[in-house]
Amino acid sequence: MTPVPFLCRDGFHRFEGGPGPTPCPVCGSRRTVSHAELERLTIAHMDCDAFYATIEKRDDPSLKDKPLIIGGTGGRGVVSTACYIARLSGVRSAMPMYQARKLCPDAVVMMPNMGKYKEAGLQVRAMMARLTPLVEPVSIDEAFMDLSGTERLHGAPPAVMLARLAADIEREIGITISVGLAPNKFLAKLASDMQKPRGFTVIGEGDAKAILAPLPISRIYGVGAQMATKLQKDGLTMISQLQGMDESRLVRRYGDMGSRLYHLARGEDRRRVSADQPVKSVSSEITLDRDLADLAALENHLWRQAERTSEGLKKKGLAALTITLKLKTSMHRIVTRSRTLDTPTQLAETLFEVGRDMLKPLADGTPYRLIGIGGSQFRSPEEADQPDLIDPGRTKRATAERALDALRAKFGRDAIGKGRSLPAKTAVDNPEKNQK
Amino acid sequence: MKVSIERNALLKTLGHVQSVVERRNTMPILSNVMIEADGGKVSLTATDLDIAIVEETEAKVGRPGATTVPAHTLFDIARKLPDGSEVDLSLEDGDRLVVTAGRSRFTLACLDRDEFPVMNEGNLPHRFALVAGELKRLIDKARFAVSTEETRYYLNGIYLHVAESSEGQRLRAVATDGHRLAQVEQDVPDGAAGMPGVIVPRKTVAEIRKLVEEYEGEVKIALSDTKIRFSFGHVIVTSKLIDGTFPDYSRVIPQGNDKRLEMDCRLFAEATDRVSTISSDKTRSVKLSMNGDTLTLSVNSPDSGTATEELQAAYTGDPMDIGFNSRYLLDILAQVEGDTVQVFLADPQAPTILRDLMDEGALYVLMPMRV
Repeated sequence: MTPVPFLCRDGFHRFEGGPGPTPCPVCGSRRTVSHAELERLTIAHMDCDAFYATIEKRDDPSLKDKPLIIGGTGGRGVVSTACYIARLSGVRSAMPMYQARKLCPDAVVMMPNMGKYKEAGLQVRAMMARLTPLVEPVSIDEAFMDLSGTERLHGAPPAVMLARLAADIEREIGITISVGLAPNKFLAKLASDMQKPRGFTVIGEGDAKAILAPLPISRIYGVGAQMATKLQKDGLTMISQLQGMDESRLVRRYGDMGSRLYHLARGEDRRRVSADQPVKSVSSEITLDRDLADLAALENHLWRQAERTSEGLKKKGLAALTITLKLKTSMHRIVTRSRTLDTPTQLAETLFEVGRDMLKPLADGTPYRLIGIGGSQFRSPEEADQPDLIDPGRTKRATAERALDALRAKFGRDAIGKGRSLPAKTAVDNPEKNQK
Repeated sequence: MKVSIERNALLKTLGHVQSVVERRNTMPILSNVMIEADGGKVSLTATDLDIAIVEETEAKVGRPGATTVPAHTLFDIARKLPDGSEVDLSLEDGDRLVVTAGRSRFTLACLDRDEFPVMNEGNLPHRFALVAGELKRLIDKARFAVSTEETRYYLNGIYLHVAESSEGQRLRAVATDGHRLAQVEQDVPDGAAGMPGVIVPRKTVAEIRKLVEEYEGEVKIALSDTKIRFSFGHVIVTSKLIDGTFPDYSRVIPQGNDKRLEMDCRLFAEATDRVSTISSDKTRSVKLSMNGDTLTLSVNSPDSGTATEELQAAYTGDPMDIGFNSRYLLDILAQVEGDTVQVFLADPQAPTILRDLMDEGALYVLMPMRV
């Protein structure tokens, strides 16, 4: 058996050893990682462990050994993060809070403090950017990195730099991360998820097929519930089954998706890590305190979401040509309606006006638990909200909204608002990310 | 039903009616075309419930009858059959249409003709006729300005009405999307004087324009408050009208624009097109700077660079800069028939008028961009 390269994750010593787990011959640490391709792989995925909960535990050590759940605390709240202790009781992200409390009655439940998480997330991102300019954020606590060609710069292969990064983040920010190192994004993401928390997992070209084989097809990137059901109907559940099939056969049956299934099942993924993923939509939504069926009440919430979406568009310098209204019924069915405008908009007024127009026919007595509005198909803001020939009211409202924005920029967000935006009922904001 | 029809006649007729059939339908019958055979003729009908197109063509009718089959399928079959072949359509067992031509044989599932929705056109009291060329002009010079924004559904068509002007009554077609407005007028044809103002939907306008393309004769128009019917050649198109009020557009047509700019329309259009090359597909504004006999067009795109071009022009007024959406400007210039376009301006924020020296009945209003 040829010896394989090892890396010590505490002292960053490199040595050869194996087979099997080997402690570091220099410092004795048992946190070592080994792989035949360890020193050649360059694509990484890193994911913060139970991010929100870890930050809260960092800031309040008395929570350290308690089960902690972060999420909406109201009647309709949803779990956004559960710490690893709470997860032992079966608590998961996106679970309704009442269910989480039932599973883990002694858990400490906290509302998310997004400002704090965002700050830590940006710190982590800045540390990643020191290793490579090719950092592709997936969300606030997760990113891909491409470290190709950085070995000469750093004087060490990517694996070493990543182990150092994990240690630096622990020391400087006080949270832990899990790292996946692989030849491509799909495998890197799969790897980072395999040994959480504080993991460091390597998948190479040589062992990718064997690692993938026993996994369910739903683990393949892009296979959603619907696709999984379709595949299941055809008797396909495990990746190993796909590995035994011809590409042409999969393409005939599933089209473009068939080709993707064929390649991903073999661990082949040609997507590049790209530092500037363009924003495709800006939206804002709210889970209501209680189901609402009344148009006027829904409109009140719609207005506030339109204001938030508009704020997001203005902040990012984007103007949307397409406006999408999103509703979720009390039965958890998602209803969306979209409309494309003649010219793009940034204005809350326009978002609201169009959103309300789409909402009216849907407000037929159906109770809704969530309402949101978003914009997509971006154009330059220069083209947006031009004066209107037919409806001078549109021009006036646009001018008024710009004046309002100018005042807010000067005196703060709550300095001035529309009467419509005064709170009617309190509702718990969705802690979900409002950017896709 | 048993009928024999020449392939080219079938293809042409089907081609005319099938375009109204939507690709996706919740009601299966709306995917079908109705075939009626009687007295030496076959008539084909297609509808999307808002528009119905009926077209007749000659055929040898062996046994009169009627049925409906999927329109796009029958069209594709007719398209692929060899030129000049004779196509036999035969309804068998009441639910299958057998299509044979040469050695090809197709069997199509039918739906009963009684299920096919018939558009009830009601009483159409206002009747007049336009020469095809007149109708084409009214459509072409107005349709580019039709809005596609559903929120303002009453702008999603061409407003056809009789208006009072200084020269007396005129038949007018007006369209606007709030950023530009097109107004085309002509003499009022006999029988139109008392007609109500109607908004003809965009899709109907497009269908009519396609059908009238190769036609030269007279187009008979009949309408009420809610429906309009166009008859010409072997075709009858009946459409619902948009149920809404077209805004009072006359107040947005400025009266006091006293600065006049005149120039060669073709050179203006080409220069506008050239300088807008630099604008990324996202920004489309072009700046017009007028100073004496020089018009300077410029585009300044933060992403890609700058472009300027100077043009010879006749301008009466103080030097002025004004910005327009270059695409909107080009849409209008494309409709100008004459060599010279006249632009009437007030100030950089005010609606601007464009006129065609060759066609005094056409007028365009363009809103400047806030720059």
